Amino acid sequence: MPHDHAQQDPPSEAELRVKALETLLVQKGLVDPAALDAIIETYRDHVGPQNGAQVIARAWTDPAYRRRLRQDATAAIAELGFVGRQGEHMVVVENSDRVHNLVVCTLCSCYPWPVLGLPPSWYKSAAYRARAVIDPRGVLAEFGVDIAPETDVQVWDSTAEIRYLVLPQRPDGTDGLSPHALAGLVTRDAMIGTGLVHAP
Amino acid sequence: MNGLHDMGGQQGYGSVAPDPEEPLFKAPWEARALALTLAMGAHGRWSLDRSRFARETLRPDQMVTLSYYHRWIAALEALMLDCGLVTEAELAGGPPETGGTPALRAGDVARVLAKGGPTLRDSARTPRFAPGDRVRAKVMHPKGHTRLPLYARGKPGEVVLYHGTHVFADASARGEDAPAEPLYAVRFSARSLWGDAAHERDSVTLDLWEPYLEPA
Repeated sequence: MPHDHAQQDPPSEAELRVKALETLLVQKGLVDPAALDAIIETYRDHVGPQNGAQVIARAWTDPAYRRRLRQDATAAIAELGFVGRQGEHMVVVENSDRVHNLVVCTLCSCYPWPVLGLPPSWYKSAAYRARAVIDPRGVLAEFGVDIAPETDVQVWDSTAEIRYLVLPQRPDGTDGLSPHALAGLVTRDAMIGTGLVHAP
Repeated sequence: MNGLHDMGGQQGYGSVAPDPEEPLFKAPWEARALALTLAMGAHGRWSLDRSRFARETLRPDQMVTLSYYHRWIAALEALMLDCGLVTEAELAGGPPETGGTPALRAGDVARVLAKGGPTLRDSARTPRFAPGDRVRAKVMHPKGHTRLPLYARGKPGEVVLYHGTHVFADASARGEDAPAEPLYAVRFSARSLWGDAAHERDSVTLDLWEPYLEPA
């Protein structure tokens, strides 16, 4: 029988602590366990970078929408149904041949949940939080993104409740693609600024 | 508070290591930790800013050794103790001493998450600065929660966006119902922050409340 670490390792201190806390708070009547399930289901099944990708694809194909997105991103994103916690006040920053944008939260892990979901570990890591502001080109190179010396790198440190979404450049050779197909090309990293969008 | 959470510009943490195969949660308990934090936050006993401060004021050794969601749980326990929602004896495994009512029912989760916690407030305040103004981030070392990172303090920058008047994190973390303050995106050239070795074209833009700023 294969050795299965997930089954046989003893539960971690953190796991025991969370279980004990949930049990206590449910016993005290402070927490509805079904609400916990509903929260987890929301961020596991319904909220993620596929939402932001729809915003980007729409901006690429609808100039009027792109203008609204630049003027009032919160309202324009809400048009597509993406609203709420950690996306209450959105700003979209646009990449071009002259400017590359990169988003970080050096103080904690602020991230635009309604359009990108919960942040990946690397976004929350000390290495990214420390270096994105002092060595953005070095960080980008680690993601395989080389920025030309004549391009400005503009880093956005999310120090308040404004959440930033990067509007990546639409790749050449995608003229005939539908918004749905375009959305399929848009990656989470491209909307943080650690990636570029590539033609299929 | 000057602490380990204020990581911008720190060195020695190595390279960024993205894992494309990473699951949303590395273990089921991480999901429960997130959900418990949100469900208890719905009781309205503390602001988001106070919960951030609770994570910042964990012991330095915990800041370094505990995983991300483990820190969330440690901070949640501290907040609940502060607010009297739980006792030390209960957390140590004792029987429940008091009861309560859930603030968030399963049927309300979608509505509450969609509402979020907007921080923009109507205000008669006239903003002191406007886009294009040269400003300087103050040199200050408050002992409480602040969102002015060490690396920007004392540095000159330029206002690039005005966001309106927002709940002021420093006051909100203290539990004060203080007036909202004008909030600006302020751009600092990489060279003004990091010196001549930085790329001449690069910049870092931070969202800073008016009390953090002075004319330059």
